[in-house]
Amino acid sequence: MSSRRDFMGFALGGFTAVGGIAALYAMKRSWDPLPSVKAAGFTTIDVSSAQPNVLNVEKWRGKPIFVLKKTADMKADDRDVIVGSDRFHISIGLCTHLGCIPAYLADEMKFKCACHGGEFDSSGHQIFGPPPSPLEIPPFKVDGTKIVLGEAGPEYKKMLDAGLTV
Amino acid sequence: MNKELKIFGVVAFFTLFLYWGVEPYAHSQMHKHVEGHNFVYDGTADIEEAEAKLATAKESGVKVEKAEATAKAKKEFWASVNKISKLKGNATAGEAGFAMCAGCHMDGAMNMGGVIPPSLEHAGSLYEKNYLIALIKNPAMASNVDHKYADTSMHPMGSISSMITTDQDIANVVAYLQAKKSGELTTKEAFTDACGRCHAMRYAKTSQLGDTPKFKYKKDELKHQVKVLEEQDLVKAYMGKLPPDLSIIIRARGEHFLETFVENPQSQLAGTSMPRTGLSQEGYEKVKEYLTEVGDPSKPHREAVGPWVILFFIIFTGLAFLWKKEKWHGHH
Amino acid sequence: MAHFEKAKSLNEWMDQRLAVNTIKRVMQTEYWIPKDINFLWAMGMVLAATFGILLISGIFLLMYYKPDVNLAFDSVNYTIMSEVGFGWLWRHIHGVAASLVFLIIYIHMFTGIYYGSYKKGRELIWLSGMLLFVTFSAEAFSGYMLPWGQMSYWAGMVITNLFSGGSLEAYGLVEWIRGDYVPGDAFLTRFFMLHVLLLPLAIIGLIVLHFGTLRLPHVNNQEGAEIDFEEAAELYKNGNHKEAKVIPFSPVFLSKDIFVMGIYFILFFYLVFYHFEFAMDPVNFDPADGLKTPAHIYPEWYFLWSYEILRPFSKDLGLVAFAIAQVIFFSLPFLDRSPNVAPANRRGLFHFWFWLMLVDMLVLTFMGKLPPTDALFANIGLVAALTFFALWVALPIITKLEKKL
Repeated sequence: MSSRRDFMGFALGGFTAVGGIAALYAMKRSWDPLPSVKAAGFTTIDVSSAQPNVLNVEKWRGKPIFVLKKTADMKADDRDVIVGSDRFHISIGLCTHLGCIPAYLADEMKFKCACHGGEFDSSGHQIFGPPPSPLEIPPFKVDGTKIVLGEAGPEYKKMLDAGLTV
Repeated sequence: MNKELKIFGVVAFFTLFLYWGVEPYAHSQMHKHVEGHNFVYDGTADIEEAEAKLATAKESGVKVEKAEATAKAKKEFWASVNKISKLKGNATAGEAGFAMCAGCHMDGAMNMGGVIPPSLEHAGSLYEKNYLIALIKNPAMASNVDHKYADTSMHPMGSISSMITTDQDIANVVAYLQAKKSGELTTKEAFTDACGRCHAMRYAKTSQLGDTPKFKYKKDELKHQVKVLEEQDLVKAYMGKLPPDLSIIIRARGEHFLETFVENPQSQLAGTSMPRTGLSQEGYEKVKEYLTEVGDPSKPHREAVGPWVILFFIIFTGLAFLWKKEKWHGHH
Repeated sequence: MAHFEKAKSLNEWMDQRLAVNTIKRVMQTEYWIPKDINFLWAMGMVLAATFGILLISGIFLLMYYKPDVNLAFDSVNYTIMSEVGFGWLWRHIHGVAASLVFLIIYIHMFTGIYYGSYKKGRELIWLSGMLLFVTFSAEAFSGYMLPWGQMSYWAGMVITNLFSGGSLEAYGLVEWIRGDYVPGDAFLTRFFMLHVLLLPLAIIGLIVLHFGTLRLPHVNNQEGAEIDFEEAAELYKNGNHKEAKVIPFSPVFLSKDIFVMGIYFILFFYLVFYHFEFAMDPVNFDPADGLKTPAHIYPEWYFLWSYEILRPFSKDLGLVAFAIAQVIFFSLPFLDRSPNVAPANRRGLFHFWFWLMLVDMLVLTFMGKLPPTDALFANIGLVAALTFFALWVALPIITKLEKKL
C-alpha cells in the first residue's frame, strides 16, 4: 500500500534539506580558523640592526623564518629581498625534502640539514642531497626597514610570477 | 480537534504561569525597581536619598544629627549648583581657569591619589553641564561619594575649589569645556574617558593603562603586566576593591540596571565607592554602545539571522501540516 | 555460508544482509500505535529531537571549550561567543534546549500520570523514564558547572555540601566528591567528564531501554482502553483505515509528530534569538569568585520544586525530605493501588490528586526561587512541602478506594 507520488512528503523533505544545508554551513563556519589565529598570520620584523652573515630566526604562522643579511661576497640573486642598500635572504626555514630545520654554517655560508644531509646555499638554492627545490619564500612586503611577513607585496608577486618561489 | 485545542490551552496556560512565577515575578521580588532621572543632575536623586536616610535615622534614633547635617548640606550644594548653571559663562575667560585643570588632567598623566585623572579632551560633550559645575565646586558631593570622605580624607580633586574659586569662574571654565573641549567621540573613546581608568576590559584588550600592546618578547609582556598590576593595586587601595572588568557587564547586569547605576551608583549599590560619572544622555548612549560591542558582539548577527530561522520553521510547520493531513486522510 | 541469491535491487541486497525490510516493518510501517491519541503523545519524539539538538550544539561547543578554571569562562564568553563562526548560535541553542528539555520532560511525565500509562505492564516504561529524568538532571547540573561563572561555582558549592549529610558531618565525603576542599579545577574537570562522556552514554542506553520497555505493552491511548493489536492491525492492513483502532508509526503517527515538532521549533528558535535570559542567567556572566557569594543564588527552574522541599525543614529533616522527594516518583506504579487504566477525569479522587499535585509543584517551584527571608514565602513553602508528602501518603488510600471501571 504505497502512495504513488508523495508530493507533500517530497516538498517537506526538500524544504527540510534546505534547512539542513544551512545548518551544515553554520557548522562549517564554526570549524574555520578563528580571527585571532588569522590575525597572528602577520609578523613584522625589523632588519635595521641585522649583522651580515649572522642568521636570525623569526617566527611566522608557527614556522621558523630564516633572515640572513648577505655579505658583499655572497652572490646576488633574484630571490633576494632588498631593503635600502642591503640584500637579505628570507625563507621559510624548513627543508624542502621532509621538513626538518637546516642549520646555518656561517664559515661555509650554507645551510645544512641534519636529517638527510641536504644543503642549500646563501640564496636558499638546493646544492646537495635529497631536497628537490629551493627554500620557500614566504609572502612578504617591504616597509621601510621593516618586512611584513604574511602580506604579498609587489616584490613578492614578481618572484611568484617568475617562478622563483611557490 | 476541539479537544486537542483545549488540552493545548491548558498546557500553554500552565507553562506561561510557570514562566511568570519563575522569571518576572521572582525577579521583581528580588530586585526592587529603581527609576532613573534621564541623566539630569539637579540634585533630586541625592536629596531624596539623604531625606530617606534621615527618616531611617529618626526612626532608629541613631546618628540623627549627622543625617540632618548631610541632608541640609546636599540641599544647599545643589541649590548653589543650579544657581551657577544660570550664569552666563565666558569661554575665553574660562581658558585660564582650565589651565588649573590641565595640571593633572594631561596627556600621559600619572596616578594621583589612587586614579589616573581622566582625559578632558571631550568633557564638554561627554558630561552634563550641571555635573561639571558641581564637580568643580565639590567633587565628592557631585559624584555622590561624600560618604567616603566624611571624616578625614579628601577627594583627590578636592583642592580644585581653591584654584577655581568664584561661581563665575566655574561657569567660565564649564563654558570653555563646552566650547573647546567638545566634539565627536568614538564609542571606545567615550568608554576610555568615562570608565577606563578604573575598569579594565580584557575582551577589548584594555587595562587601566589603556590598550595592551602586542609584545615580541615575553620579558616585555611581563613588564607591562606588572605595571598594570601595580596600577590596579593603587586603584584598589583608593576604591576599597578593584573595580570589576567590564568585558561582559552588559549581559551580567542588563541595560536598565547599568543605566540607573551609571547615573547614580548609590541607587543600585548603596554605600559603593564608585563615583557618579556625570555622563550626559548622549555620552551614556555611546558608552552603552561600546559595552554592547564588547559584551554582546553577536547581537547584530543574531538579529539578522533570527527572522530567517523562524520563518523557515513557520513554512516547515505549514508543509508538515499539509503532509500530516494527507497521511491521515481517511483515518478519522 | 548461508545460501544467497543474486539480488535484483539495492533494497533486496540490503535486506539479504541486514534484514532492512523486516526492521522497517517492525519499527515503522507495522509498529502499531493507537489512533485515539492527542498531540501530547508527540512529546517523546520532541524530547528525542531536543536531545539530538543538545548533542549537536554540544559537539561544536566542545571543540572550543577549555575545562580549566582559569580558561573556562573566557573560552565560553569570549572565544565561543565572539570568535567562533556561529559560536554564539550553538551556545544559545544549547542553553535554551537544556531548559526546554525539562519543560517537555515534565509535560511528558504528567501526561503519563494523567492517563495511567505507568501501570499494568507499563511499570518499566515509567521506571526507565524516571531514570532518564534523574540522568538528565545530573547532565544538566554537570553542564551548568562548565562556564565557571558565579552561579556555576556557588551551585556546585551548595549542592556538594548537601552530601555532608547534615549531622553526619561527612566532610571527607564532600571533599572526595569535589577532589578538593572547595569546587576547583579537579571538580570542574570531573564534571566535564561526566557531562561530555559518561552521562550522555547512560542517557542513550536508557533511551534504548525506554523504547524497548514500550514495545510489548504498546503505547497507551486517551481512554486507557485495552486494544487487540493483532485484530486492529489486520483491519488496517486490509485497507480499513477508518474503523481500525490503530495507525502505523510510519508514516501516519510520524507525520503528526513532525507537525507538532514544527510548532515546537518555532517557539524554540524564538527563544534562542530573542528571549534567552531565563536559560542563561545573568548571574553566571560574572566569573566565579570563591570569596564572594552573589546576593541571590538559586538553581535552574526545573530543580526549584525539589530545592524548596529542602528549605523549610531543619537541617537533617530537610535532607531526609529532599532524599525522599528525589525517589518518590519512582514508586508511583506501586503506590497507585487501583487497577484502572484511564484518564484521571474518570478516576474519582485521583483527578483531584493530579491537579493538586501539579499546582503544588508549581507553588514549590515559585517559592524555591524566592528568598527565604520573607516570612510569607517561607510559610507558603512549608505548606506546599507538607502538602507534597501528604499527597503521596494519600495516594495508596484514595486509589484503594477507587471504584473499578
